[in-house]
Amino acid sequence: MAPLAPKTGDAVFASIDHVNAELFTLTYGAMVRQLLTDLEEVEEVNKQLDQMYVGYNIGVRLIDEFLAKSNVSRCVDFKETADVIAKVGFKMFLGVTASVTNWDAEGTSFSLVLEDNPLVDFVELPDTFQGLHYCNILSGVIRGALEMVSMKTEVTWVRDMLHGDDAYELRVKLLKQIPEEYPYKDDE
Amino acid sequence: MIGVGKIKHYTNLLEKPLSRGRQEVSLSAFAFLFSELVQYNQTQVDNIAELERRLEDAGYAVGARVLELLCHREKVADSLEKGTEHEDEYMISEKELLVNRFISIPKDMGAFNCGAFVAGIVKGVLDSAGFPAVVTAHFVPMEGQQRPRTTILIKFAEEVLRREARLG
Repeated sequence: MAPLAPKTGDAVFASIDHVNAELFTLTYGAMVRQLLTDLEEVEEVNKQLDQMYVGYNIGVRLIDEFLAKSNVSRCVDFKETADVIAKVGFKMFLGVTASVTNWDAEGTSFSLVLEDNPLVDFVELPDTFQGLHYCNILSGVIRGALEMVSMKTEVTWVRDMLHGDDAYELRVKLLKQIPEEYPYKDDE
Repeated sequence: MIGVGKIKHYTNLLEKPLSRGRQEVSLSAFAFLFSELVQYNQTQVDNIAELERRLEDAGYAVGARVLELLCHREKVADSLEKGTEHEDEYMISEKELLVNRFISIPKDMGAFNCGAFVAGIVKGVLDSAGFPAVVTAHFVPMEGQQRPRTTILIKFAEEVLRREARLG
């Protein structure tokens, strides 16, 4: 059987079930509020959203669905990975596309720029929480998903609209490729 | 104050046009987010009742704002019924509630129902509209179906009934 051609972001998005974006936005807001109430420290909340629970956990499961629904073949290099995340990944889950810019000289680090972000509709940060990276869940998701396909990355925020910038910019840096390890040996 | 961010309305935020272009996200994005919300809360509580309470509170916050945005669900619920035992009770039931679709309850959690989140949303909407009520979610096992229906039970407060009688 011939392999299926990879679907574009729009095609995948059109073929899956949808949910009202505002429900999604408000649920995320409720979650951030809970974290703020429980943890109180902005830095702790940033960490939870990204590392410990939330973002990373979602990323490791999201990648399965992504690969299953989008039929993308193995990316040849990191550049292709970046394009796939921005065009297909973001579109498929959040309904918006991101753009890839600012590649560094070695090709191991790039920026993902989002102008439209469903997580932050109708959100403003009060002065006391200026250090909060409200969308930190996104960095965790990307990191978790890429780790499941053997890439260890570091994801940081460069621009954040809630802090007054004109767009959301995430810097994704490839730290290393982890060779796939099989949990059992052939001869056992 | 914690959590005030979403209710502060500065003029620039109010002037932003309500986005019409993008109105949907993928169901799985919501499912993932919701499952993380539940899992996070599981770590913060000791028992099921508290977990449901927390989900309900989260849902309440959503509901209050949903009304503000004049949001409406595309799909109408399966049925709306009036309770037979009490004048002030109404029920909305749904065969496969969105939040319960991707969640399975481990045996030791028994009666826990993620519908508590939806119950919270409904309560938030009703409260903001001026119809205070107690809203809870229940599983109702159905003959011949694998998964039970979820019913949202709405019990309106005294003052609502009195008001309805006056307007009558």
